Amino acid sequence: MRELNVDVITNTVEKLCIESNYFLPQDAKKALEEAVMKEESPIGKDALLNILKNQEIAGRNRVPICQDTGLAVFFIELGQDLRLVGGDFNEAINEGVRRGYKNGYLRKSVVDDPIFLRKNTGDNTPAIIHTTIVKGDKLKITIAPKGGGSENMSALRMLTPSEGVKGIKEFIVETVDRAGSNPCPPVIVGVGIGGTVEMTALIAKKALLRTLGEHNSNPEVAKLENELLEEINNLGIGPQGFGGRITALAVNIETFPAHLASMPVAVNIQCHAARHMTAIL
Amino acid sequence: MTRIINTPLTDEVTCSLHAGDRALINGIIYTGRDAAHKRLAELLERGEKLPFEIKGQIIYYVGPCPAKPGKAIGSAGPTTSGRMDAYTPGLMKIGLKGMIGKGECSKSVIDSIVRHKGVYFAAAGGAGALLAETVKEAEVVAFADLGPEAVFRLKVEKFPVTVIIDTEGKNLYEIGRSQYQK
Repeated sequence: MRELNVDVITNTVEKLCIESNYFLPQDAKKALEEAVMKEESPIGKDALLNILKNQEIAGRNRVPICQDTGLAVFFIELGQDLRLVGGDFNEAINEGVRRGYKNGYLRKSVVDDPIFLRKNTGDNTPAIIHTTIVKGDKLKITIAPKGGGSENMSALRMLTPSEGVKGIKEFIVETVDRAGSNPCPPVIVGVGIGGTVEMTALIAKKALLRTLGEHNSNPEVAKLENELLEEINNLGIGPQGFGGRITALAVNIETFPAHLASMPVAVNIQCHAARHMTAIL
Repeated sequence: MTRIINTPLTDEVTCSLHAGDRALINGIIYTGRDAAHKRLAELLERGEKLPFEIKGQIIYYVGPCPAKPGKAIGSAGPTTSGRMDAYTPGLMKIGLKGMIGKGECSKSVIDSIVRHKGVYFAAAGGAGALLAETVKEAEVVAFADLGPEAVFRLKVEKFPVTVIIDTEGKNLYEIGRSQYQK
């Protein structure tokens, strides 16, 4: 059986924390460049150009794209034929986060007690870790640092089957509408439909990891993505909320089988700094 | 047209700014976000002095990244302003003139802006690297224990902002949106 020392995981996570916060993925850059061409509002176009200029400066100076370097959210795929040695797996990830956020001069944005004291933990831990066991002997680590401003604008509703496509669309558009200028538009709208309350939220977040420009493999869902993108862009919110054609860069929907009685929908809003990065060990 | 304005702000300057105007700010601005605002409000409640002179000043809603060696500050873009809504009217009452953030403000904040001839600016959300380049000096003046949420005194040069809410209560978010809504 292949063995992997957890120290390698810590080192990889440190690097992923830093680089995912300094460098915007190519697909996000391309989507923003296309948005500049499409935007009709002069002030909106200017806002988009500033966003592009910002990511250039961040990459060149090796500094975070956004000061909200987020909660460190991980999606892990652990091959069932891989044996982890040398220590605790979750602790190895948290240690990587500690080092990455310190050595990368990233902001520490975690408070320990969410209700009363709200004291900063000082090292951006604990990370949020979602692990799935898969075939093979590899370890795939994806980090998606998530800022608070856009996360706060996210929502979940337990729709019932009779509310249908109309109900789904209304809830999603309403969520983006209510968010307005708050989540740093243009946004990416991650949608989860189906499953249970926690599953729908999880797949909404996973939807944000999809390469921009790609659609759901189900043509009916892909059509729904296109229709929703058009409706959302007709809201007129525009880049930075200054008014314009481009409110969202994409609507990505993921689905999961649901209970006979349920049709849960989760909307996870992602700001234009759509940071994520993957390493395979 | 882009205006250049200096801090502290006067009524003459704020009244000449209109929703949608772009401006570059020179001078001193103070930072403050959730936790710092809570503490400022507690000081006011107890009738104590604030840790900085607030008359005519601007508060920038930001929690910056740590500065890399040789830099004044790390990435420093705006945070969502709405979370400070509960505290803003009280601070404007004692002289706060401007706020820099991003996103919507409540009606009570807009009323307060009109009453005190203040102004609400947006800085480019998610453009923390670009904005940090305009910060020449940064010094913690209060609540150091809050880390990124401490109050910093920033010296800025040509810090770029857009006027969202002006002294007449006009709101760029509403105006801009109505022009492009279908």
